[in-house]
Formats: sequence, structure tokens, C-alpha cells
Amino acid sequence: MIKFCSVDYTYHTLSGETTAIKGLDLSIVRGQFLSVIGPSGCGKTTILSLAAGLIAPTGGRIERTDARCGYMLQRDALFPWRTVEGNICLPLEINGGAGPDAKARALALAEKYGLKDFLKKKPAELSGGMRQRVALIRTLAAGAELLLLDEPFSALDYQTRLEVCDDVQSIIKSEKKTALLVTHDISEAIALSDKVAVLSARPARVVAEHDVDFGDGTPKSRRSSPSFAPLFEKLRAELGL
Amino acid sequence: MKNAKTYSPEHMRYLKGVKRKKILVWTARAGLLAALIGLWELFARLEVIDPFVTSSPSRVIATLGELYATGNLFYHIGVTLMETVTGFAAAVIVGYAVAVALWMSEGARKIFEPYIVVLNALPKIALGPLIIIWMGTGYTAIIFMTVIIALIVCIMNTLTGFLQVDATMLTLMRALGANKRQTLTKLVIPASLPQLMNTLKVAVGLAWIGSVMGEYIVSRAGLGYLIVYGGQVFRLDLVMTATMILCALAGAMYALVALAERLLVK
Repeated sequence: MIKFCSVDYTYHTLSGETTAIKGLDLSIVRGQFLSVIGPSGCGKTTILSLAAGLIAPTGGRIERTDARCGYMLQRDALFPWRTVEGNICLPLEINGGAGPDAKARALALAEKYGLKDFLKKKPAELSGGMRQRVALIRTLAAGAELLLLDEPFSALDYQTRLEVCDDVQSIIKSEKKTALLVTHDISEAIALSDKVAVLSARPARVVAEHDVDFGDGTPKSRRSSPSFAPLFEKLRAELGL
Repeated sequence: MKNAKTYSPEHMRYLKGVKRKKILVWTARAGLLAALIGLWELFARLEVIDPFVTSSPSRVIATLGELYATGNLFYHIGVTLMETVTGFAAAVIVGYAVAVALWMSEGARKIFEPYIVVLNALPKIALGPLIIIWMGTGYTAIIFMTVIIALIVCIMNTLTGFLQVDATMLTLMRALGANKRQTLTKLVIPASLPQLMNTLKVAVGLAWIGSVMGEYIVSRAGLGYLIVYGGQVFRLDLVMTATMILCALAGAMYALVALAERLLVK
């Protein structure tokens, strides 16, 4: 779906240049949920910006096939002056795909995932978990195949976080989307993904990759599995914590 | 409040308390005004203060009646109101347009920044003589004065509002592939609406300063003219009357903007 081939990325600021990523190899196949974990400030968000095509790599190349990307950010970034429906339809308005078809599909999606009664409400009337769900539906409504998740749960309190984690994962799975999640939360990465890639400190490159296949696929079963703790320790060691 | 019956007694007491406080504040406000006017009248009658210099409420009312009888009252009010509202509208519209242009181009923003800072700091009244020479002594000069006094603040406030838009939302728009115009119309303009309302409130005050100041420098009619004229011929009743009318008009215009804010921003 998307493949990073020894990608480099260097930032230029007045105080000098910073190599954020050096020789990064990473690939995601369709339908996979890949998490990238790494020490903070190691350039995780840069990887997402590269995947989304917001920035171009300074070295190496990125191959993609039908990678219509949708971005989910740390905060839901719902527009408070729009209703839930208006927020969900925002990407369609921007891409000029606001035809009745696309809109009906978006609303059907919202209905399917329990937002029917909230469509006319303003985001401020929704709970934090519900808002993230709206943000996810907004991303899906845009027709994204590859979802880029930039620590989308980090602004939520712990309880909501577990809830939203399950919620988002099940929606992504049932819509058969591909996801690339960056996070600093090891347990979140294990609970959600099919594969976890561990990054080094800056300049970032992949130091290890692990397939995660225990449990029945739900985050809940992962968290309660006996295989959870050993993998957690392993990842922790690889991160140098 | 329609299902007040379902509230607990404590809640009813709480609501009553809130209501009582509100009534108290309004009573105190009205009382203060009445007391000020009453004392002013009393002291003037007892000649504690010289009513020739300080005027008095009854003299203000008499002057109002006189202006009304000669048909001058609404003429002067109309002139000043027209100048203020025209200047206000022009400053807000032009200011908004300039702010949009500056938001669109970071280069333009950088180039114009020192000019805007200097123009903002410049006491616009210093341009008085120039404006008279350029624009003559009619309404145009006064409206121009109003515009230049309010304009720079309108530009700066509006632009600040534009630039304060949430960075996450901007990233979202970028990730969705929005162009500059879409980002402006779908995100920046609605997001900065509260800031626009603040700008309008500030601009109301500045527009009144502009029009009255303009009338001080050059005019043959208007409330500012009445004040200057009254001062020159020592008719302080006239000065006080015009000032009172200005108070009422400025308050009313501010209230209109506040009402618009309540309707538009929720």
C-alpha cells in the first residue's frame, strides 16, 4: 500500500539543520494496522507527514498505490460552529465531492456507527470519546483508504482512551481500512496493531519490527492475554527505557 | 424555566438568589444615574455650582426642546450619525479586506508590518490640516478622519484573529488538501467571528472619536460642531446637551453591535 525505501528527511531552521529521519524502511500492506513507536521527538509525526504527502522526502523514495490518506490528529479538530453532520461533510466540500452520492455515503457511515442522533448537534455537546468517533467518521467519509493516526488518543483521559481505542480499532477493521498509527504508548501499540515497528532516537530508523497475532483481534483480548506483558517488556527494552 | 416545578427547593432558592442579585445590580445602576442627575440639578438650583458653567439637567432639557423646536436637533444628530456610521462601515469593510489580503500572503504581511505599526502609533489628528486641504471642509473630510482613526485597529485586530486560528485545524485543512481560499472561507473566517465582533466593538468607539474630532477641526453641522460652537460662545448648556446626546447614541450603537454578537456567535 505504501512503502518507504531508505527515506531521509532533514529540517532546515535558522539555527541549523536537523536530520529527523535517516534510512527509514517501512512498508504497510492493505488492511494492515501498523504502529510506529519511538522515543519522543524522534520524528514520528514527520513520518505521517511524509506518508500524507504534505512534505517530500529529502532522500530515498516513497512508493504508494491508491493511498488516499486521511489524517487523524492528536485533538479531534472538529469545527465548533458546524454540526456533527457539517463536520463529517467538510472533506467532501473541499474535494468538490459534495454530490448527493458522496454525502449519502458519509451519512450512512455516520448512521452505521451510532451517530444518527447526534448529526444535528454541535461538537461541544458530545463527550470526548464521541468527538473522536466523529473525527474518525469524517476521515472515512473523505474516502480515505490509508488512515494516518497521530496519537489520536493522547488528549483523552485514561478511561475514555481505552474505550475510544477499541471503538476506533473496530471501525477501522470493519471498514477494512489500512492504518498507520504513531504513538509513544507501548501498550496502545500492542493492543491495536498487526505489526509494531520500533524507531531509534533521532535520526529515526526502524530498529525492530514485531508481528502481533495473539488474542482474537480486539484490543481487549490483547490486553488480557499472557503474551502481552512479555512483548511489552521486549519493546520497552528496544526503546531503551 | 418552563418546567420549574421539577426543581428541588434548594435549586429554586438558588435561582431566586441569582435573580435577586440581577435586580439589585440594575436597581443600583438606575439609582446611581438618578442620584447623579438629581444632585447635579440640586447643586445647580442651590447655586453650589454655577449653572452657567456646569449647566443643569433642567437646562439640558430646555436646550433639547429649543433645538427640537427650531428643527435643528435631528439635523445635527443626523449629520454626525451619518458620518460615524459611514466611517465605521468603511473602516470595518476595508480593514477586513486588507486583513484578508495580508493573511493570504506572508510576504505582504512582513513587508507592511512596520508601516502598520507606525500608522497605528501616529496620532491621526496630526493629519487634520492635510485632510482639510485634500478633502475640503465637508462631510468627506470628517468621514475620512473617522476611517483613518478606526481602520488600522480594524486591520490589526482582524488579522490577529485570523492568525490565532487553531494550528491543529489548519493541519487538518492541509491534510484534506484544502487550498488557501477554502481554508479562508471554511475555517479562518468562521473561526475568527468572535474576534470580528470584538473588532466591531472597538471600532464603534473609534468611529465616534473620529467623527467628533473631525467635526472639531472642520464642520458646519453635527454634534461635535455644536460642542465647539457652544464652547466658543460660552453656551455650556449646548455643550452639555450635545455631550448627553453623544453618550446616548454611542451607547445605543454599542448595544446594537453587542446584539449582533449575541445573534451571530453562540
